[in-house]
Amino acid sequence: MANEKLVYMDHSATTATDPEVIQAMLPWFSEHYGNPSSLYRLARESRTAIEDARKKVAVAIGATPEEIFFTSGGTESDNWALIGTAFSHKKKGTHIITTAIEHHAILHTCEYLKKQGFSVTYLPPDESGKIQIEDIRAAITEKTILISVMFANNEIGTIQPIHEIGHICRERGIIFHTDAVQAIGNVPINVTNMDIDLLSLSGHKFYGPKGTGALYIRKGVRIDSYLHGGAQEKRKRAGTENVPGIVGLGVAIEKAVHDQEVKTKRIRDLRDRLLERIFTEIPNCRLNGHKTDRLPGNINICFEFIEGESLILLLDHAGIAASTGSACSSGSLEPSHVLMAIGVPIEIAHGSLRLTLGHENTEEHVEYVCKELKKAVEKLRAMSPLYADYMKKRQ
Amino acid sequence: MYSEKVMDHFMNPRNQGEISDADGVGEVGNPSCGDIMRIFIKVKDNIITDVKFQTFGCGAAIASSSMATELIKGKTLEEAWEMSNKAVVEALEGLPPVKVHCSVLAEDGIHQAINDYRIKQGLSPWEEKGGHTHSHDDETCE
Repeated sequence: MANEKLVYMDHSATTATDPEVIQAMLPWFSEHYGNPSSLYRLARESRTAIEDARKKVAVAIGATPEEIFFTSGGTESDNWALIGTAFSHKKKGTHIITTAIEHHAILHTCEYLKKQGFSVTYLPPDESGKIQIEDIRAAITEKTILISVMFANNEIGTIQPIHEIGHICRERGIIFHTDAVQAIGNVPINVTNMDIDLLSLSGHKFYGPKGTGALYIRKGVRIDSYLHGGAQEKRKRAGTENVPGIVGLGVAIEKAVHDQEVKTKRIRDLRDRLLERIFTEIPNCRLNGHKTDRLPGNINICFEFIEGESLILLLDHAGIAASTGSACSSGSLEPSHVLMAIGVPIEIAHGSLRLTLGHENTEEHVEYVCKELKKAVEKLRAMSPLYADYMKKRQ
Repeated sequence: MYSEKVMDHFMNPRNQGEISDADGVGEVGNPSCGDIMRIFIKVKDNIITDVKFQTFGCGAAIASSSMATELIKGKTLEEAWEMSNKAVVEALEGLPPVKVHCSVLAEDGIHQAINDYRIKQGLSPWEEKGGHTHSHDDETCE
């Protein structure tokens, strides 16, 4: 690395664990290491720590502690929510509604469920990434048992009308799941007011530890157990609890929702400043996603005439961590399914850049990223045959 | 993920640019597949005296263009035609398996440029031996 400086703008991928979270976790490794299922005092301390964390998670999303089940992260929560409800409601119906822009933890699970005899409707979003309420109403059949719509999209940041969708589901007696992995700490969430039955969350997206997460299961919602074995998590998710991880998750979510409005406003202002700078300084680019209903730290832009992976490499060389929806970055040959679903032309989708800002980003970072981004785009355009053709046409 | 050699050629590409009075031009790839390579050659006495490239693509595509053009510069047309994508991969000290097609693109681009030159000279184009082309004219990208 030519440059030791690191400007991290990939907070939708993961975040650095908060030092306070780490401090809270440390005693639960070798000091209070008792198995929460054992009977002696050492074990009871672990049990209390888990229940304390459960309360914190419940408070953060407006649930009760009995409705929170700890998992290994967002992917497990998504898999459990879908598979667990699909199989437990099979007699009632076999139809599931979701969207074309879900995370692969949902989309690939739906593909699995299709193989198990379920049918799945994938709703297309509009060009801002929003799902239309009328489309949801129209897709519901007598056999619909589950609707799963993500709270906010991980690539383009678009926030869905979750409350309205929840309302329809409740009215029609259909279970409503939302993957809120990107939304926690960024958008106000209240599962009770929003008529949410199941909600997935992941610790490492809000400065908690990796490998931690939870599934909110509204009281009374029938769902099959996911991991079979011991009596942990009310026999629904067996396996000795990740006590340090759960403690860390609890502290992280408590911090994430504390002063959420103030913190997200700071990030949104920085994001808007960076966006404005980019659009002022770099021609031929377009913003993907919704203009206002989007995650506060999210920027997703396509730069015409260049390819995203090479852009990421140049930014990396300048010490900037970002990501792209380009095919070349993923090992597949298709660009991002999200960009395709919102109708970005395929050749332009290859030139997408996602910058996701977080707590540690500063004005200085914004200036630096804008400067380096401009240099990188110019460098790649200078060698692009598409740009050469475009410039010739303009002359 | 990339070798130092790939990163060197990506960060400091050799022969990048355009030859406005090129004797042969080859273009391969497709924007919907995320890669296009354009190769320009100047030929004198059957020797490639100058070569330039323009590439839209990933790091491997840019590094492959840079390395391939280096390998054929100063070579006879026959020698340049014989340069395989494997030679490009070796010179780059390897490419990740999913990126090998970028080196194929470079080989194809050079073949197209040479045949463009031959056609302009009133000669018949040489035929591809292996039969592979990276024409991208189908719906799929590989």
